[in-house]
Amino acid sequence: MAKKKPSLKIPDAPHRPGDEASFESWPWQPGDLKMPDPKNCSSEDTVPHAAGLIRVLGDDNKASGDWDPGLDADDLRLGLEYMVRLRIFDDRMMKMQRTGKLSFYMRSFGEECVAIAQTMALETQDWIFPTYRQPGAQFVRGRDMVSMICHCIGNVEDNIKGRQMPVHYSYREGRFISISSPVGTQFSQAVGVAMASQYRGLDEVTITWIGDGASAEGDYHYALNFASVYKAPVILNVVNNQWAISTHANFATGGGEFASRGLPYGLASLRVDGNDFLALYSATKWARQRAAAGAGATHIEVLTYRAGAHSSSDDPSRYRPGDEHTKWPGGDPVERLRDHLIEIGEWSDEKHIELEKRIDDEVMSAYKEAVSHGDLATGPYPSSDTIFTEVYQEMPWHLEEQFNEMMEESDD
Amino acid sequence: MTNMNMIQSLNNALDIMLENDDGVIVFGEDVGYFGGVFRTTDGLQAKHGEHRVFDSPLSEGGILSAAFGMGLNGLRPVVEIQFADYIFPAYDQIVNELAKIRHRSGGEYWSPVTVRTPAGGGIRGGHHHSQSPESQFTHTPGLKVAYCSTPFNAKGLLISAIESNDPVIFFEPKRCYRGPFYGDPHNVPTWEGHPEAEVPEAHYSIPLGEARLAMEGDDCTVISWGAMVHVCEQAIKDSGVSCDLIDLQTLVPWDRDAVVKSIEKTGRCVIVHEAPKTSGFGAEMVASVQERCFYHLESPIERVTGWDTPFPHTTEWDYMPGPSRIAAAIHRSQVN
Repeated sequence: MAKKKPSLKIPDAPHRPGDEASFESWPWQPGDLKMPDPKNCSSEDTVPHAAGLIRVLGDDNKASGDWDPGLDADDLRLGLEYMVRLRIFDDRMMKMQRTGKLSFYMRSFGEECVAIAQTMALETQDWIFPTYRQPGAQFVRGRDMVSMICHCIGNVEDNIKGRQMPVHYSYREGRFISISSPVGTQFSQAVGVAMASQYRGLDEVTITWIGDGASAEGDYHYALNFASVYKAPVILNVVNNQWAISTHANFATGGGEFASRGLPYGLASLRVDGNDFLALYSATKWARQRAAAGAGATHIEVLTYRAGAHSSSDDPSRYRPGDEHTKWPGGDPVERLRDHLIEIGEWSDEKHIELEKRIDDEVMSAYKEAVSHGDLATGPYPSSDTIFTEVYQEMPWHLEEQFNEMMEESDD
Repeated sequence: MTNMNMIQSLNNALDIMLENDDGVIVFGEDVGYFGGVFRTTDGLQAKHGEHRVFDSPLSEGGILSAAFGMGLNGLRPVVEIQFADYIFPAYDQIVNELAKIRHRSGGEYWSPVTVRTPAGGGIRGGHHHSQSPESQFTHTPGLKVAYCSTPFNAKGLLISAIESNDPVIFFEPKRCYRGPFYGDPHNVPTWEGHPEAEVPEAHYSIPLGEARLAMEGDDCTVISWGAMVHVCEQAIKDSGVSCDLIDLQTLVPWDRDAVVKSIEKTGRCVIVHEAPKTSGFGAEMVASVQERCFYHLESPIERVTGWDTPFPHTTEWDYMPGPSRIAAAIHRSQVN
């Protein structure tokens, strides 16, 4: 029998190191898509929204179309401030990592808008079930930077007692649920959180995110299916930032489509420009209204680009052109909101520089206060009994024995 | 007191907990309208409402992750994985999520899920309706693991599991649902008339971590759990040796005091389980017994277990430890 030519098809990324990166400009413009009634539309009514792209901010920096949320300038400036804060905070944390004061770090660079705009669009009782790329939600919910830095260091003031890697925040006060490393697990858990709100008759919506890469995990499909079957009040976001470490989104799905994957599950499905603060705010508000009205979950593809490395352990120059992010049609989320505010006469370059300076000072002073509680290089660290506590509500005898053993050995 | 089989006592435990606590919610594959393939949740949906007891998609990973999220948000979910063999799509959610959430969040979050799952062989279930995967969970810090054996302890342990603020993996020996199992497939007794089938109708609980002394004797300590407890009872009778029979009931945390006290008395120990030998929970017991009781031991600790092979279909009686293998081990323990 004649042997067939090997024909296993392996996808590739659009550009690799050494290639000239270029993206086709987007055919979608603000105003293209109408806003259906979130409380009454069907998933079919969102077919155009899954195939197109919800945008509000045009290339002229003006806001237009059905999806313009009409936010006042104070809210826009607040959103800008949170994003600038996250970017400066991330840069400081990376410096700390590089100088051995943290073990590891993950920036949100290029994706600052995602958690910030979306959390601002929610109510304070809503649950946030994030990945490691949505720490910015904590600023919106009022978390103190000192507390965040102490977590990243894992020092005595870390609220999770040095038990998880940096950026795996937990912030109960802000209904921000503990972050887990296994990617995707939170997505289907969030549906359970939402089902409990429904069961208890509470006006709570849960928002969660997953990456393009992790959307290939089973948890993603569990989430869409359970959300659809039980009509859970949940907002399911796929942050398509093009890259999962070195794995391009072309490996996550053969069809090249993320938003429309919600449609066969019967979920309203939208694709949103993830670097457009106004569009993302508006789409999230829409999804919240839909969920709160009992009309079910919304599946949102947040289209963006991971401008930074996956983490402090990653070197993207090994797998993509270094300037690829500068060619992204969605531009930079911070610059776009800044330019919009300038365009409408509510901001200026001087004010922006002033803002950056003020936040830089605040981050610096938070950093100094945090390291006064200990850093990774020199400690002090959480006491070693924290290894054994909270494994169970009460310590069972076998942990107690092992704890005593550890304490005796450390005395030697 | 009412005579109940294990299905009835488990059903009764769920009924009581649904009645007592609005946060208790029961779901899984076929558990709602139909009442479960083993009938364990029969009638509960009709009595407590379909928002309290309901069917789920065929999605073990989805069941566990939804339960996890519900537990975070104030509920006390009791889910059924129809056969323990099918728990593995949910393994990541159990091992990496459910077991770790309290610790990883510094105590900010916890999720008190109970996972009920029929386990073990003896029903001609072949590879995938017979396994007893308890050691896949006893090796995970953050989980409690219980394994009932009679109608009485099934109810008391399940109530404790549901009331626990820690996640519990709750194994039910499906071979014992409708009667004890003495290792002879042709002898199919019911629970009728068995003292352990006299079950109070009211709420009661058996603390997780407390063993049951199923038989009392002087010359050997036999440790087991699940269906094998009854096979051990038969084997002890057949052997003519006076034995303590310890039904562990909870594997994590197991009852150190009951085990140590018995072995200090008898000086001899046989450990029996139906799961495969290598890395089975019996290995943990052997190691722990020698750490704690070495100078009281008069003979080597014996292990009688299932073989390190996939669980067979038509030849399952050659796979599962029977009274003769166990009695032989008891006799070996008496030499010296």
